[in-house]
Amino acid sequence: MGAQIRELRQRIRSVESIKKITRAQELIATSRIARAQQYAEAARPYSQALVRAMEAAAERARLDNPLLEGVEQPRRSAILVVSSDGGFAGAYSANVIRQSEALAGLLREQGQEVVPYVVGRKGVSWFTFRGRELGGQYVGFTGRPSYADARRIADDLLEAINTPTEEGGVDEIHIVSTHFRNMVTQQVRARRLFPIMVEDVPEELHHAEAGAVRTDDGGPSGSAGSSNGRPARTDVLPLYEFEPSADEVLDALLPQYAGNLVYTALLDAAASEWAARRRAMKNATDNAGELQETLTRQSNSARQAEITQEISEIVGGADALASAGSE
Amino acid sequence: MTGRESSSSGGGSLPVTGRKGKIVAEDLNVEVVAADRKVWSGAASIVIARTPEGEIGIMPGHEPVLGLLVAGPVTVRSTGGEAVVVAVSGGFLSVSENQIAILAEQAELADEIDVAAAQAELAELGEDGDGVGRWAQARLDVAASR
Repeated sequence: MGAQIRELRQRIRSVESIKKITRAQELIATSRIARAQQYAEAARPYSQALVRAMEAAAERARLDNPLLEGVEQPRRSAILVVSSDGGFAGAYSANVIRQSEALAGLLREQGQEVVPYVVGRKGVSWFTFRGRELGGQYVGFTGRPSYADARRIADDLLEAINTPTEEGGVDEIHIVSTHFRNMVTQQVRARRLFPIMVEDVPEELHHAEAGAVRTDDGGPSGSAGSSNGRPARTDVLPLYEFEPSADEVLDALLPQYAGNLVYTALLDAAASEWAARRRAMKNATDNAGELQETLTRQSNSARQAEITQEISEIVGGADALASAGSE
Repeated sequence: MTGRESSSSGGGSLPVTGRKGKIVAEDLNVEVVAADRKVWSGAASIVIARTPEGEIGIMPGHEPVLGLLVAGPVTVRSTGGEAVVVAVSGGFLSVSENQIAILAEQAELADEIDVAAAQAELAELGEDGDGVGRWAQARLDVAASR
């Protein structure tokens, strides 16, 4: 009997220390979400100015860059999978991997080969465990990505898309990452980064193009048909003088744009990762609290049972002695 | 109209603008932005930068320009008269209606530059003339002239 109480008390103590750890993790994650959002906020002026400049340059330049012009029948695609380095984040990495597998399945159905580029230790070990060949792997920064990390990834992806498909290059680049909508909702999204999709352009242009695309019967011709919608907007954009030329400016902007896209995706994913971790750790803390209560109750009733038994033993013993004496 | 505005707003956000009654073009509104942060922003009277074709100086009223930059210094003379020098790794500059945006993947104010780090980077690369080397060299040049 005494052994049972001792065991219960031991478990209560261990649950308590686990609870302390998860609680601390939860607090850390909460502060990291805020910081990740600050980084995302700090990167916004650059993205905005870059997009504006791209629009202006794209209006006047030849649009024959592989980043803008898709091929008729893509044969190989790169998928950038953004998972996390650490665990303790619930289904964060599992969700991203599941979504990327779904996308890969879809692409394979269309007769494409898929080359995964994986960010985060969890993703890398998942893919390497299954013996998949990786186009690139990037670990050690998912909680706090820097622009240099994004640059490295973007450079690899650009090299792949600029290499002819026959020589191992890719035709399209997709990204599967988690979008931070708010503290409670994060959403795994699969998007095509390059060739640039219609949805990346601002509202007015989007509407103009949506019409153009519909007549083109949709599909990958969307980016090709984009020039149709552009002349209508010349009154909005200033008539820039390009230095040295619109083509060269656009060619220089595109790699920067790629770096920026990857960077913002990484920041978004980092905020989501911390939010997922916070939620997982909050659940763990709550569960530990519940478990602690249940165990305390059990230990109390065991203690009570022991006392009751002792009393009844004493009473029984006294009765036995008394009846033995009276005989 | 402008005179009344400037006197009523008193010490508004841009007192310099109102002083000459808008006969002279307004100040330039300059933003220097790196990929992960805003490096500097404020009002300026002239901006000097380096494009692949040579130096470009931009004063208020300049026509819209979208130009590439080469790694090197960008000098912004603020309306206060002080010169702000920023080292950029490349990137581009856009000018429209006195709004100037200087965008570079990496940009550092002259005071922020870590000379030792830049030298170390350069020494590691040797005579390799790629982007990293030019960026390190640009920072050293800017740091040397501060």
